[in-house]
Amino acid sequence: MFSYRTALFLVAGLALSACTDPDRFGENGAGGDPNGGFGEGVPLGGPGGANDPTSPAFFNQTVGDRVLFAVDQSTLTPAAQQTLNGQAQWLLQNSDYLAVIEGHADEQGTREYNLALGARRANAVREYLVSQGVPGSRLQTVSYGKERPIEICSTEECYRQNRRAVTVISITATS
Amino acid sequence: MVRYLLVLLFMALAGTASAQGRTCPENTLCIDVNIGTIEPLPFALPTFQAETPDAQQVAADISRVISEDLTGTGLFRQIQQEAFISQVAAFSDPIRFPDWRAINAQALITGSVAVNGTQLVVKFRLYDVFTGEQLGEGQQLAGTTDGWRRMAHKVADQVYARVTGEQPYFDSRVVFVAETGPKDNRLKRLAIMDFDGANVQYLTDSSSIVLAPRFSPNGDRVLYTSYESGFPRINMIDVASVGRREIQTAPGEMAFSPRFSRDGQEVIYSLANGGNTDIYKTSLATGQSIRLTQAPSIETAPSLSPDGSQIVFESDRSGNQQIYIMSAGGGEPRRISSGSGRYGTPVWSPRGDLVAFTKQDQGRFFIGVMRTDGSEERLLTASPLDEGPTWSPNGRVIMFMRDPLGATGEPSLYSVDITGRNLKRIPTPGPASDPSWGPLQP
Repeated sequence: MFSYRTALFLVAGLALSACTDPDRFGENGAGGDPNGGFGEGVPLGGPGGANDPTSPAFFNQTVGDRVLFAVDQSTLTPAAQQTLNGQAQWLLQNSDYLAVIEGHADEQGTREYNLALGARRANAVREYLVSQGVPGSRLQTVSYGKERPIEICSTEECYRQNRRAVTVISITATS
Repeated sequence: MVRYLLVLLFMALAGTASAQGRTCPENTLCIDVNIGTIEPLPFALPTFQAETPDAQQVAADISRVISEDLTGTGLFRQIQQEAFISQVAAFSDPIRFPDWRAINAQALITGSVAVNGTQLVVKFRLYDVFTGEQLGEGQQLAGTTDGWRRMAHKVADQVYARVTGEQPYFDSRVVFVAETGPKDNRLKRLAIMDFDGANVQYLTDSSSIVLAPRFSPNGDRVLYTSYESGFPRINMIDVASVGRREIQTAPGEMAFSPRFSRDGQEVIYSLANGGNTDIYKTSLATGQSIRLTQAPSIETAPSLSPDGSQIVFESDRSGNQQIYIMSAGGGEPRRISSGSGRYGTPVWSPRGDLVAFTKQDQGRFFIGVMRTDGSEERLLTASPLDEGPTWSPNGRVIMFMRDPLGATGEPSLYSVDITGRNLKRIPTPGPASDPSWGPLQP
């Protein structure tokens, strides 16, 4: 005969209802600024275009806001050190500005390891800038791992551009 | 007559087999999952009888999902209804076994469905066709009509457990990251789905990056890494209410790679401080933190053993990523990975015997398993980018992310048996990554 095991499933029955509203957040879940906190661009304030040596635009374009790394490395190359010398000089001359150093990795690595690798790269840049006299209190670091490539092809030419640390200038709260 | 691996059932009720699987006696309705099947077991599943007039559609739907669950394992093969000689007119009718033997059905699954308002009642029986015996007892499940899929999964779970002697896994959910947008401006949201990709629900919006979610042991909460504050921080979300909060960790620039302890009361995670990443543990109740590794190298991707006594993790202390095991309280780790290439994302199997991992070697990625002493490494998949294995609740199947790379390549979720067979893509509404397989639901 059929054995009724209703009791076993009565409890389950309470939890068996499914959600009828799969997306509480509206079309595509567009909840806000998707790039919040992500700075390839710079929140420019005050005067000064790219030709004004005190402007963040000058920092980005002329001084150079980024350095590149070899595969799975966080060692600063001579070319990187040269760029960072310029960054340190600029930061010392423009002491109203703070900086967030973003560490990035290419997609040839697992997600969480790449987060740690990006942290290592960002910190290598931070330590170098501090060694050049920039107060550590003005420098924050963040890692994006492989979450924010700027080149999206899957070749070494793109990977090379993505293995980077970018110094993103921001304005002090008091300026 | 070829009877493949099985036949006559015996009281192979769920849960009685050992964790190592079992050896199938000759002439039994039985699948040895350790061997897998060269020839999937043929079953007949006449569409479940609608006992009430409005149960027709849901009876057909439930029958379809049961069949999909079983055939989706690669261990079973459905015999098309067109081949049936006799039909099962009513659930209580006697079975004409010769008619099912004639079409080489080895298992016969019959059932009925009744709808009463929003209430749904499903009954089913499983027969060994060759012996003419019922395998296990008939069962009745009661729930609401909108939970029909779960009831189908529960029936399929019972059939799977009875025939394989294994714990089942169909009535389970997966939390993952749903992706949209171009690769250089990717939007990511936490989402949850049934193990087969159905019933997708979103847990967060796309306003900040979210990464690598992990279920709590009972599936009620999810830990993940969020950039909501502008920096990677550990967040915890309640699945039912979607209420979320940031977890207070030990001080550091960024916290990520969170996992629940086996009792769900602690978080084991990675913390970066001065660019150096180590593994920490924090109590959710008290906020008290303990540092578990102390090395200048990267230590991340922790995973607890089923008994909670040990942690498997990855470290590049040797010069590149390798897999290590240490006591859950910290202490000197021992390296277990030894092949060529880099090894990361270790995940301890729920059965305790294996560690699944991501391997990178010569520009390719592999998902593999090894024993906890590092022996018997087997690679199950290979592609330009396979990453992040997660175990089915019974430890027989691994889900992971595969990304074909390139500017237009979109990541998606795949599953594969630990035998290396039955590789398949899990359908999701869009690109998907970072799956974490939750427990079998009660």
